Amino acid sequence: MALEFDHVTKTFALPSGQELTAVSDINFKVEKGEFVSVVGPSGCGKSTILSMTAGLYQPTSGIVRVSGEVVTKPNPHVGFMLQKDLLLPWRTIVKNVEFGLESRGVSKSERRDRAMAELERCHLKGFENHYPYQLSGGMRQRAALARTLAIDPDIILLDEPFSALDAQTKLLIQDSFAETIKEAGITTLLITHDLAESVIMSDRVLVLSERPGTVQREIEIGLPNREHPLARRQMTEIHDYANEIFTLLKLDRRAA
Amino acid sequence: MSQATTQKLVALTILALVLLVWQFLPPALGVPKFIIPTVTDMLSELGRMYRREDLVANTLSTAWYTLLGFAIGSALGAAIGYLLGLSEFWERVLSPYILALQIAPKVAFAPLFIMWFGYNATPKLLVTVLIVFFPVLVNVLAAMKTVDRDMVNLARAYSMTRWQIFKKVEFPSTLPNLMAGLRIASTLAVIGVTVGELVGGNTGLGFLISYGGGQANAAMVFNAIVLLTVIGILLYSVLVWAEERLLHYLPKKEH
Repeated sequence: MALEFDHVTKTFALPSGQELTAVSDINFKVEKGEFVSVVGPSGCGKSTILSMTAGLYQPTSGIVRVSGEVVTKPNPHVGFMLQKDLLLPWRTIVKNVEFGLESRGVSKSERRDRAMAELERCHLKGFENHYPYQLSGGMRQRAALARTLAIDPDIILLDEPFSALDAQTKLLIQDSFAETIKEAGITTLLITHDLAESVIMSDRVLVLSERPGTVQREIEIGLPNREHPLARRQMTEIHDYANEIFTLLKLDRRAA
Repeated sequence: MSQATTQKLVALTILALVLLVWQFLPPALGVPKFIIPTVTDMLSELGRMYRREDLVANTLSTAWYTLLGFAIGSALGAAIGYLLGLSEFWERVLSPYILALQIAPKVAFAPLFIMWFGYNATPKLLVTVLIVFFPVLVNVLAAMKTVDRDMVNLARAYSMTRWQIFKKVEFPSTLPNLMAGLRIASTLAVIGVTVGELVGGNTGLGFLISYGGGQANAAMVFNAIVLLTVIGILLYSVLVWAEERLLHYLPKKEH
């Protein structure tokens, strides 16, 4: 089992003294190598799930396990990526990819070797000595993926990594991410607002309810070609899955 | 002709016009030269100051204390800015006092420092340190509060220690603000030293100003002011030069 949420509830104390329950009694499991998306209405606690997996804070009750171990602090086996690429602007791309390795006792030359290998895997060979501002948004996200993969994580958490990209770049980067992740065989949890994205990229989609968020349905995406979202996009079944999620989220009712 | 060349040409023309007007207008209006000396009066006075008033030694003394005060003041300001930036508790506790001290006119402390430390270099150094300290501290502190939390979380997720997070994320993030603070401080450093020398000194350009003023030698005062400005510009230029090199990774803004 790569990731397991066991009756997890998280409550935050607001500055006003009130309490806010972000997620309530969350239960799900992610198998090794699986790609699972989490969708839900705004403010349903998607990012809370991610932060608890990364170990940035602990659940109020319940248990989060990564690779069978209870998460109690920032976990070196978890890599995460946000909408912002979080590249350090004062470092070259290769030095950015090395960033995650610098706290793990990896020698300088090995850091460089691993970073270069990841850059090649993420199709950024030749850009290692560029600074982030010299790269396009899509390339910066690929560099962020290279940095995430460089630490050789058991699981990667993607928090809307494509939402800041323009529509066409988004399609290409989704495809390149999907292929890289499948090749590396890494367990992935993707948080997204984009229903079509969740369907074309995942093995399984978790649909959360409104706050306090809880898993209201798990949808198995029974389609081939997970490593090629562009190809999946052509399939008619995609619309059926997206419609199903759409209905579960009661988006039509919210629009009214 | 390129726009840059035109700009330079216009700027130089303005300088030439100002100097011409300065040279010929006051005498034409009958203004005596102990009120407004002409450019040539100032140049000949500069020669006299070089021969009779130890101009080089006085200029170097002022430059040295400007640099020293700037270095000590900005090092202290940066160090305390970073320390307070790391501790929200102490920042909250001390910020009202910092604000009060920041608003208090630092140059007004000069007579006090002279009473305490006597007529030597210590008072002017202290005024300079004090005046340089705050813009650096305030800039660093503000920058520490606005470091991208997600970047810090990323470093935390990579299991970095507090010191590593500071060294690899927070300090470089605040570098643009630190440099901006140093630039402001460099212009204030000259003011600090000058006030110190004006109030109670027997060396430096500030002393020459008060000495020249006492003798109704306006040319001497003007010359000292020009030299003080040159010292300030030199320090400022060095900082701009360093900043361009340190912050080369920031995309150039299009004007």
